[in-house]
Amino acid sequence: MSLIEITEVRKSFGANEVLKGINLDVEPGEVIAIIGKSGSGKSTLLRCINGLENIDSGSISVAGAQLQPDEIHLKALRLKVGMIFQQFNLFPHLTAGGNVMLSQMVVKKTAKPEAEAMAHKMLERVGLAHKFDAYPDELSGGQQQRVAIARALAMQPIALLCDEITSALDPELVSEVLAVVRELAAEGMTLLMVTHEMKFARDVCSRVVFMHQGRAHEIGPPDAVFSNPKTPELKQFLGML
Amino acid sequence: MKYVFDFAWLGQYWPVLLKGIGITIELIAVGAVLGVALGIFCAWARALGPGWLRPAITAYVELIRNTPFLIQLFFIFFGLPSLGLQMSELQAANLAMIVNLGAYSCEIIRAGIQATPRGQFEAGASLAMSPIQTFRYVILVPSLQRIWPALSSQIVIVMLGSAVVSQIAAEDLTFAANFIQSRTFRAFEAYFVSTAIYLLLAIALRQVLAAAGLLIFPRRMRR
Repeated sequence: MSLIEITEVRKSFGANEVLKGINLDVEPGEVIAIIGKSGSGKSTLLRCINGLENIDSGSISVAGAQLQPDEIHLKALRLKVGMIFQQFNLFPHLTAGGNVMLSQMVVKKTAKPEAEAMAHKMLERVGLAHKFDAYPDELSGGQQQRVAIARALAMQPIALLCDEITSALDPELVSEVLAVVRELAAEGMTLLMVTHEMKFARDVCSRVVFMHQGRAHEIGPPDAVFSNPKTPELKQFLGML
Repeated sequence: MKYVFDFAWLGQYWPVLLKGIGITIELIAVGAVLGVALGIFCAWARALGPGWLRPAITAYVELIRNTPFLIQLFFIFFGLPSLGLQMSELQAANLAMIVNLGAYSCEIIRAGIQATPRGQFEAGASLAMSPIQTFRYVILVPSLQRIWPALSSQIVIVMLGSAVVSQIAAEDLTFAANFIQSRTFRAFEAYFVSTAIYLLLAIALRQVLAAAGLLIFPRRMRR
């Protein structure tokens, strides 16, 4: 059994079918890059995996937790899979430490001292232990995104979804975030990332999924996908870069 | 056309004024705390609550915001006893102010909630928080911070509007002023003094609310 099983997933926004039957199985420790043009459905696919979007048909499960639209199933699923967003989405009224502590205390009912210790550990891991008491608007974009990664890691997920996590960053800040992701990959974290960082995808990912018009158009190891694209759509997409 | 001010009555009637001030302060303290609490609940229900609850909350808010406060007060004080709900003048005044502020603050707080970026809800959800937990721990405080100046103004308006509770003989500051002028016939002086006191109370209330804001929101959001 694979860690993440996505089977025949379909999703429409009104009359617009965004996902037209997606199948993808992810093994533990795999790092998957999802690439494709905007509007190809790659972000929607990612958001379906942790239930931020409802699916119309098909099934998704993560380590045995099925995607169902009720609160109990969603909670079980979201405890297994964390998510990091393009816009960081840190909580502005809490410090970096507070951001990392909140969900531990609210969801897992972790006592404050333990949550604080975990927050220190996770901020340390992303190289921001010294920013524990800083508020989000006192941090650079790259630092905010690293706090967001620490916040997701503090819930001890089995897999992480990364939705264009470097797209809102100034170019010089991209590498500090990617370095953290690279480390996570090396430690064996299962990662699904929608990304435009093709070099990073090539270096770090075990498989690349090319999405086109709501379908997983081509899937393969990065060397095959980037050096030897089989379909004209992928050739055209890579040619545009 | 020469009017001679005469404040000699103050020596005799200052305890009446003091009692009136006390009751006005009590009214606004209870009214503000419970009214805003009611407003938070209604704002949650109207913006994020279950579908079956929304029409009821909308009806309440529209009813209160489109009728005079004095009539609401009369309805509670004279109307509810016919339904078997007896209460004192002060209880009726308190209830009317809570119900009134609840409706107005509902709309102000709802504006704060609806100005929340969608990503905040999604971040809460992706961390496995329930919608209620996300509202309580993620959405509420920044929402209140956003609209705190507007909410403060509304609380001051309700405090000044509390003058009409003298109409059901709740013994607030305006009741005291009416009482004094009817005994002393120094109407100008009595209302002169009560006006000054209302002005000072309003200024003090704004200061208290600003300080409360600094306490609840430990830092300014710089955006």
